Formats: sequence, C-alpha cells, structure tokens
Amino acid sequence: MRLPSWLAQHIAALRALLVLTVLLGLAYPLAMVAVGRLPGLSDRADGSLITVADKTVGSRLIGQSFTDADGNPVPRYFQSRPSAAGDGYDPTSTSAGNLGPESIVDTLSDNPDDAAQSLLTQVCARSVAVGELEKVDGRRPFCTADGVGAVLAVFHRDGFTGPVTRVVSVNQTGTPFVATYQGVTVESARNGEDYRAMGAVITPIRGDAPADPVVPADAVTASASGLDPHISPAYADLQAPRIARERGLTEDQVRRLIEEHTDGRALGFLGEPAVNVLELNMALDGR
Amino acid sequence: MAGWLFVITLVLALVAVYKPFGDYLYRVVSGTRDNVVERGVYRLVGVDRNAAQTWGVYARSVLAFSAVSILFLYAFLRLQDKLWLSLGFDPLPGHLAWNTAVSFTTNTNWQAYSGESTMGHLVQMAGLAVQNFVSASVGIAVAVALVRGFAARKSATLGNFWVDLTRITLRVLLPVAVVFAVIFMAAGMVQNLSGGVDVTTLTGATQHITGGPVASQEVIKELGTNGGGFYNVNAAHPFENPATWTNWIQLFLILLIPFSLPRVFGRMVGQNRQGYAIAAVMAILAVASVALTIGLEVHGAGTVPQAVGAAMEGKETRFGIPNSAAYAAITTLTSTGSVNSFHDSYTALGGMMPMINMMLGEVAPGGVGAGLYGLLILAVITVFVAGLMVGRTPEYLGKKIGAREMKIASSYFLITPALVLIGTAAAFATGNNATALNVGPHGLSEVLYAFTSASNNNGSAFAGITVNTPWWDTALGLAMLLGRFLPIVLVLALAGSLARQKVTPESEGTLPTHQPLFVGMVVGVTVVLVALTFLPALALGPIAEGLS
Repeated sequence: MRLPSWLAQHIAALRALLVLTVLLGLAYPLAMVAVGRLPGLSDRADGSLITVADKTVGSRLIGQSFTDADGNPVPRYFQSRPSAAGDGYDPTSTSAGNLGPESIVDTLSDNPDDAAQSLLTQVCARSVAVGELEKVDGRRPFCTADGVGAVLAVFHRDGFTGPVTRVVSVNQTGTPFVATYQGVTVESARNGEDYRAMGAVITPIRGDAPADPVVPADAVTASASGLDPHISPAYADLQAPRIARERGLTEDQVRRLIEEHTDGRALGFLGEPAVNVLELNMALDGR
Repeated sequence: MAGWLFVITLVLALVAVYKPFGDYLYRVVSGTRDNVVERGVYRLVGVDRNAAQTWGVYARSVLAFSAVSILFLYAFLRLQDKLWLSLGFDPLPGHLAWNTAVSFTTNTNWQAYSGESTMGHLVQMAGLAVQNFVSASVGIAVAVALVRGFAARKSATLGNFWVDLTRITLRVLLPVAVVFAVIFMAAGMVQNLSGGVDVTTLTGATQHITGGPVASQEVIKELGTNGGGFYNVNAAHPFENPATWTNWIQLFLILLIPFSLPRVFGRMVGQNRQGYAIAAVMAILAVASVALTIGLEVHGAGTVPQAVGAAMEGKETRFGIPNSAAYAAITTLTSTGSVNSFHDSYTALGGMMPMINMMLGEVAPGGVGAGLYGLLILAVITVFVAGLMVGRTPEYLGKKIGAREMKIASSYFLITPALVLIGTAAAFATGNNATALNVGPHGLSEVLYAFTSASNNNGSAFAGITVNTPWWDTALGLAMLLGRFLPIVLVLALAGSLARQKVTPESEGTLPTHQPLFVGMVVGVTVVLVALTFLPALALGPIAEGLS
C-alpha cells in the first residue's frame, strides 16, 4: 500500500528527528562528558570545586556571600557584590535585578510585602551601608544622606507648567532631605500614594555629592548572574584597611594579597581586571 | 581602548575566516558525495538522496520536520518526570511546554522558565540542545534553497531538504561543536551528569553548586545563533561563560556562520563580488550598531547610572561595560538572544539598541541562514526601488523582479512588524502588560521588547517581565511560530519563482549589484523601512524614557 505523500513526509520527519536525537542529543553530549573525565579536564568539567582539608568550600567560579546568618557582613572577610540570586549567591535561583535606569520611585506601604524599593534607593542604601562598614564617605549623586533616592514629586498649577503648588519627597516618610523647593515647603510621602498618577512631575535631585563617589560602582550594583565571583580592584582596595584591622595585618600585606588574586585582562584587552573574592578570602584564612 | 580592541579583533578574525570557512560551507551544501554516516542517515530516514524537490515539496518537508519537532519536544517536556536525569523536577505545565517547544524549534530560544529549577539534564541535552542543532540547519537550508533559486536556470527544483539538513548538521555544526566544547571545558564550563553538590561556604552557609551537560549545549547555542541558556542568567553565569576570553569566543561563534554565508551565496551564483557586497551591507550595519551600543553604555546616561557612576547594574565584573555592550549588540544583530548582561537595566538608549537591531529584521548578519535570506529579500526590494527611480524593469543577478516576486518580498517584510505591533497592542488592550516589573515608558519597552524578540526569533529578553502565564506563553508562542514559518514559506516560494526563470543577460541598463552604490542603497532601504515602521512605538518607550 502506498501512503499519501503528506503522511510519508511526516513519517520521514519523525525518523529524521529520532536519528538526529540519538546522534546529537545522546552520542555527542555523552562523548563530551567522557572527554571531560580526562585528567586535567575533570576538575574543571566538575565545576572547579575548591577543597580545604577534605571539605568542599565552594567553586572558584561561583561567588559567595560572606555574611552571617542575619545577612550582616562578616568584617574579617572581603565582601562580594550585591546579588539578586535568591537570598544572595544562590545557584539554584540565578537572576539579575532587572530594574531600569529610571526606576527611582519606591512603593511605600504599611505592609512590607507590598513595599518595593526602586533601583535608585537600592543603590543609595548600599552605598551608605558600605560607607559605614568601611568608614568612608558613602554619598552619591541623587541620593539622600539616609540612603534613599533623592526624588521629588513636583505639582504645577497647570500640569507640567505654571508655578509650583506642592512638593513631596516621594521616597521618604520621615523628614524630607530638603526643606523647600522653589519656595514651596517639601512634604514627606504617605504610604500607598502614587504621586506620578496624581499628575506630579517626578524630579530627581542631583545634590552636592562628588560625581566620582568613594564607594565604587560594582559595590552598589547587582551583577548579571547574581553569582559574580569577582569584585573590582577598586572595591577590594576600599576594603583593605578594614581587613588589615580585623586580621592584625598591615595594609601593605593585604594589598599584596589583593594583587596576587587580581586577574588582569586576558591578552591585555579582554574584559576588565577583577579580583576573585573567594580565593582572596581563602588566602587570608590560610595565612 | 581595550573595548574597541575587543571589537577590532573580532572583525579581523571574521575577515580571516570568511573565505576558508565560506568555501567549506559551499562545498558542504553543493557537494554530491556522501560519507558512510550520511548514507546511513538517509537509509534510516528513508529518503532518496538524488530526488530534487520543488519549492512546494521543500517547504512541506521543512514544515513537517518542524511540526514533528514541536510535538516531540512538547511531549518530552510534559513527560520529563517519567524519564531519566529529571533531577526530580515536575513536568512542565501545558502552556509553558508549548511555548518552550515552539521557542526551540523556531531557533528563538525564548525562555519563560529558569533552567536550573525547571529542566532535567536529559531534556536539556536530548530535547532542547537537539533543536539547537537542527533549527540552525533548517535556517541554513532555507537560505541555501533561496540562493539555488537565484543560481538556477529554468529549473523546477531547489535541492533536497533532508540531504541539506543532514549534511549541514553533520559536516558543519557537529565538528565545530566538538572542538569548542573541549575548549570551553578547559575554561571551566561544567560538563557532567551530576545533580550538583552541596558545599559549606567559608561563613558556614550551604551553597548548591549545580552540574549538568553545559559545555556541549553552550557551543551549539552560540554557533547555531540559538541563545537558549542552560541556566536562567544565560551567558552571564560563570559556568556558561567563565572567562573574558570565552566571552570573545562566544561572539566569534555567533558571527561565524552568518558572516560566512554571503561567501556561499557568491560562490553559488558564480560571482564572489556579489557575496562581498552582501557581507559589506551586514558589516556596515553591524559595526555601526556595536559602536553605538558601546558608546551609549560607556557614556551611562540616566538617573541611576549617574548615581552609580557607571551603567554597572546587571553586568558582570569580569566582562565590564564595553564587552557587555558588544555582546548585547551582537546577540541581537544575530538571532541569538543569549545574554551576558541584563538589557533591562541598560541606559534607556543603550537598551533601545538591541531592540532596533532585532527590528532591522536581524539581517546584520542575522541568524544562521535567516540573516542571509532576510537580507536578500531587502536586496530584492532595493533593486525594485532603484528600478522605479530610473524607470526600468528591475532585475537581480539576471532574474527579473516582477509583480509576483515583489508581492512575496513585501509580504515577507510586513510579517514581523505586524506581529510585533499587534502583539504589543494586544498585551496592553487585555491588561497583560501588568506583569511587567517596571512602569511608565520602561514598562512599554519591556512589552515591546518581548514581542520584538519573539517575532524575530531572537529570544533575548528585557527580562523584567513575568512571561510564564498562560496568556504570555500562548501569545509569544504564536508570535514565534508565525514569525518563523510564514517568512520561510515565502522565501521558498520566491526561490521557486526565481528558479523557473531564465537568466536575462546583463545590459547597460542593469543596476550593478556589487558596487558601493548598491551597498549604500541596501543599507539605506533597510534603515528607512525599519524607521518608518517602528519609530512611533520606540518614541513611546525608550526614547520617551531617555528624554525624561
């Protein structure tokens, strides 16, 4: 019996798919797994795990949190970047923060589950926290001294134009970071209000913080993977005095260690110089 | 400076492989001698190697193969808990399985799921990664069929799909994948079947280090311009992209086949200079876009980037800003969609660049195969526009561009804009835009990006949007399906129509299609068409955000 051509075609398609699945979906990856068992490759193909005294402490390629059970930084360790992977550096829940460059208005609410920080406030809060930990100036442009986004909702008489009639500091329920704006007294924000929807012009305020903040960029931003194993040499350098203090070392000793664990640009031009935090902290522990 | 060197070395490497790799590809698709494995495959599939197909049969073979692939993958995903190496994960819900099956079969690799918490190892390597190979081969095969249409003289046939599929997969994709999988393993990419290990960190917490067949999947994900990552964060994950130099290699693999296919085109039509012209169009658009994206990201406009001092949110320390921006541009200039940084947190205009790249129709250089056939359609439109200007019957490579050819080419061009704009409007009309993480213009960008990515079969995401809902899974699945196969059918119809024609000899009135003038015209037509189509939508999203 001759099959109708459309059926014959689909049967050929199914046979092709099955043959190719065996070749490409089983033979190829399993052969690669076998190659990965070769000495020299097997450590890397298994995740570049680091073992200390028969205990596996992590992977050279995967970042870790160096915090205590409450999430506070452990001062004798170099700190990693902020992470959006689960509760931080969770390889079973990798993620970036994904908030946009104009995410500057917090959602304030009595119910903590409904509240949400804007990216700007996250950056400002991290900067203040790092500043306190490292005893340096944590100020940044567009941030208030208490570590939220310095953003005003400005109401005009005629919508976008006309004299200013009312001003609210949208991210602060306490005392506003400025007393007046264009002669109008600044109010603090109330939970649950959406000032943008009420017709206000959302205006970030630059403030007088230096354009080049002391706390480096990578210290206040979440990475793409949430598992970034590195920090910038600048952030490592910022942490050196604290580490020296906590560990009874000189700052020069700590800086030498940082240098030893800094990966330069590959071939001199690929990527950026970066410090592997886990390896650096292990080197500190091993001293 | 280092950032520019990164781009320059990529360009030089691609120039160096253009001829040798393009010639190799040409021999693969035009060769008639098969090896023993290929003959074995033909026997198992039950095809006659020498049976040439008309465009209709060729198209039905493509559609049959893709339909079977979608059903097979759907069943695989729905049954994963019954199979080996499922790591204890549940079967996927129906809407997500449909979305994922369509996504990988259409070379889109849009991912509405997180790999590390959804997919077992078997489904990754024997389901998803297989489609990474064959969907790439399908794209190349269709492009080659179109070129055969240009090259043929009064012929009814375009070659045999099953032979093209087999030879491209086994002679091009598989060998390159094997070589680079080993290199990637040496760099630290994981390749095992382990469910992972629990470790105790220095501060006493528990961390689960994942395992899996990552390296083997990572290579073909880039080489086939697929982009579907093993993990949620794709090529930002240190196990998917451990080093700064693997980052460079990944971009090289992404661009390798798309930029070599013009050589195949030139060889097949018997004029290498025609291939150079097409490659030049691709290169001009690509270099301009990459440079702009890097420039905008390094400049770092916007409130949060200025507060931070750099657009570092959502970027990895080892890659830094320039190499992340280059990756974002290249992954969307092709149909790859893998990411090493998160476009959602890019500056407003820096984040618009990936969107524009996709809106260009992914022709610079585009996905494997899809880029070449997309650009040839634009070249046909350009020839027609030029013909209108001087009042002559347009022809391209000796083939007359008549009413039938133009109807096909215009329909081809209209498909993706229609899908993108109608889809975006539908999301807002039905209130499904509410799953976007951001509000205002950025929220519109997230929805627009999602439909642009799906309809153009890119698969990258702005990411700040919850798309694993029945509405989103279904809508984006349809966008991917129609955005892939309607154009393919039209391309094959055009190929059939061209193949039947005789070749008109060149005359004084023939527009030379290998000279800088023509290259410039194709670039112009591409940019103008895209600008006219998408500017209103972009004005409401990223441009409004960038101006605020």
